[in-house]
Amino acid sequence: MKKRFLSTFALAGVAALTMAGCTTETGTTTDDSTGESTEETTTEAGGGDEAASDVITVGFAQTGAESGWRSANTESMQAAFSEENGFELIFNAADNDPAAQISAVRNFINQGVDAIVIAPVVEDGWDDVLQEAASAEIPVILEDRTVSASEDLYSSWVGLDFEAEGVKAGEWAAEQYGDTETKMVVLEGTTGSAPANDRAAGFSSAIEGTMIETIDSQTGDFTRDGGKSVMEGYIANYGVDGIDLVFAHNDDMGLGAIEAIEAAGAVPGEDIKIITIDAVKDGMQALVDGKINYIVECNPLLGDQAADLVKKVLAGEEVDKAYYVEDQAFDQAAAAEVIDSRPY
Amino acid sequence: MTLLKHRLFWPVAALVTLVVVNVIANPNFAKVTMRDGDLYGNPVTILRESAPLMLVALGMTLVIATRGIDLSVGAVMAVSGAVSLTIIADSPDPGSLGTVTVAIVVAVLVALVLGAWNGFLVSVLGIQPIIATLVLMLAGRGVALLITGGAITTVTSAPYKFLSNGYLILLPVAFFIWVAVVAIVALVERRTALGMLTESVGINPEASRLAGVRSRGIILSAYMVSGLLAGVAGIINASNTMAADSNNAGYLIELYAILAVVLGGTSLMGGKFSIAGTVIGVLTVTTLDKTIQFFGVPPAQSPVFFAVVVVIVVLVQSPRVHAWGRAASARMRRTPSGGEPPTGPGAASAAKKREEVAA
Repeated sequence: MKKRFLSTFALAGVAALTMAGCTTETGTTTDDSTGESTEETTTEAGGGDEAASDVITVGFAQTGAESGWRSANTESMQAAFSEENGFELIFNAADNDPAAQISAVRNFINQGVDAIVIAPVVEDGWDDVLQEAASAEIPVILEDRTVSASEDLYSSWVGLDFEAEGVKAGEWAAEQYGDTETKMVVLEGTTGSAPANDRAAGFSSAIEGTMIETIDSQTGDFTRDGGKSVMEGYIANYGVDGIDLVFAHNDDMGLGAIEAIEAAGAVPGEDIKIITIDAVKDGMQALVDGKINYIVECNPLLGDQAADLVKKVLAGEEVDKAYYVEDQAFDQAAAAEVIDSRPY
Repeated sequence: MTLLKHRLFWPVAALVTLVVVNVIANPNFAKVTMRDGDLYGNPVTILRESAPLMLVALGMTLVIATRGIDLSVGAVMAVSGAVSLTIIADSPDPGSLGTVTVAIVVAVLVALVLGAWNGFLVSVLGIQPIIATLVLMLAGRGVALLITGGAITTVTSAPYKFLSNGYLILLPVAFFIWVAVVAIVALVERRTALGMLTESVGINPEASRLAGVRSRGIILSAYMVSGLLAGVAGIINASNTMAADSNNAGYLIELYAILAVVLGGTSLMGGKFSIAGTVIGVLTVTTLDKTIQFFGVPPAQSPVFFAVVVVIVVLVQSPRVHAWGRAASARMRRTPSGGEPPTGPGAASAAKKREEVAA
């Protein structure tokens, strides 16, 4: 039963990949392995596995499906760990429950998979189960978020540099607005979260010494509602003319801010400039429409790199402990060019 | 002195104090400007943004009056927002009034059914309210995510947007919606016997049953009203940003609604309830939310600031603290050299007790 379920899953993954391939016109795709051999791979899904064949069985413990970013990340992983790439993927989504995720990883160990990929829900509490994986000689690759456990307990990590995203956004702001007096308000992410802290730090360091002045900074909890509500407060307090620039830690809050600015009778992207981070579809659309001025990408397509790492580790090659995926950044003109080709 | 005795005096005093402190600290807090014949400004924003919490808290007031609690309101909001926006997104003509009407009616009906489910569990099966509504609180967001396919559904539809962003006469539509709902609920509860029957069920279910009150129907209807109002709140919430965010819509709103109800003077033990009190409680919570921003409280400290203000507001309203205050001032008058201030630990523990209840 489980195998049949998995093969359905594989089919869905391949189908998603094919669809992504169809909409691609320019050469910016990250996965070129579009499924032409759909029929064969799905029928074979239940067949040969383990060491007998060359198929690598990989257990992937995902956090859940909490955002568009996460869905894109899952799709990327499923596409990269596909049959035609020589993998059998056992997928588990933990609904953001750390305990459920740890037990999923334990299941992977018991099933005797060849490698485990984890996108940890939280940083702490991983020592025991990682030790068990190490004892069973199953390599562990971390994806996206990291863990507080000792580096010896996992093989490698692939993810994003939130601080670099902040720096990239800040450098653009400094270049564009740094020479004139610019009053900036910030819509922070969820207080205490790594992306919020690191993006803020990176941005601040990049605009240091310029004429951009942060007049206020409050949390919008990474949500549209939060972004809109806080932006309304800013506008009531400083007036539309008292704010020149908004830096939102993600697209959704930026989209909320657009609503607030429009409701106040001003033009977002003109009267008040907006810089955000993430580059999800709605955000990119707003960028093309001229309502956002600059977006730094937070790339969810980590699958290929993770798959590559798994192969290298299993082949006994030396790998680094951390790999940062390069993020792109778009202004309005660049966004118009790529928006149709982006898979997420 | 009779004014002091009025049960709404302290809730109103807390709200007025909050506003006055804000205006003194930052005059922009109360600044209202006229643009194109409509009023804009922070006070207007507070009235508009209060709408979802107001509707949810009204339903919560009725449920609490029957000795119940409804933890599922946030999840119901997410479901109703997801249902309405999915219907609009899938329709060929998202901007038409017909589509929007259908979307709203279907979403509200779904919310009503969810409320009826809660009421069925509580009144017919006799399950503890906190557990019965917990089921939907946990499952509801999953349902909403299923409806939206795990993504944030966005639409462009002028009539739908009008609900939360439009203006009628000077003021936002959302404000008129909650005023109308408050008026309807107040009329039905206070101009008929329903309010009294609800209170009797909450004060003593057994005695009221023996007296011939059909408590089952009253409890069921309270949960249905709560579900219905949460559904409308979900629609206004989705209309605010024109997006159905199933993970975040109405997140934790059940707790803020309970807080607002308690701040308004309705006891969590059930029985007597105050609709006017709830209205004031909701405005207090929303104003406090804006206060944090206008004071520029750093985000890391804002939960503490919120908690401290809530503790003070609850303390000020506590009858026991009033009694201590009176005793202390009487002693002061008798011995001008100075009596003892109200005992700290006692006051603190009373506050803590209320705090726990509120949380």
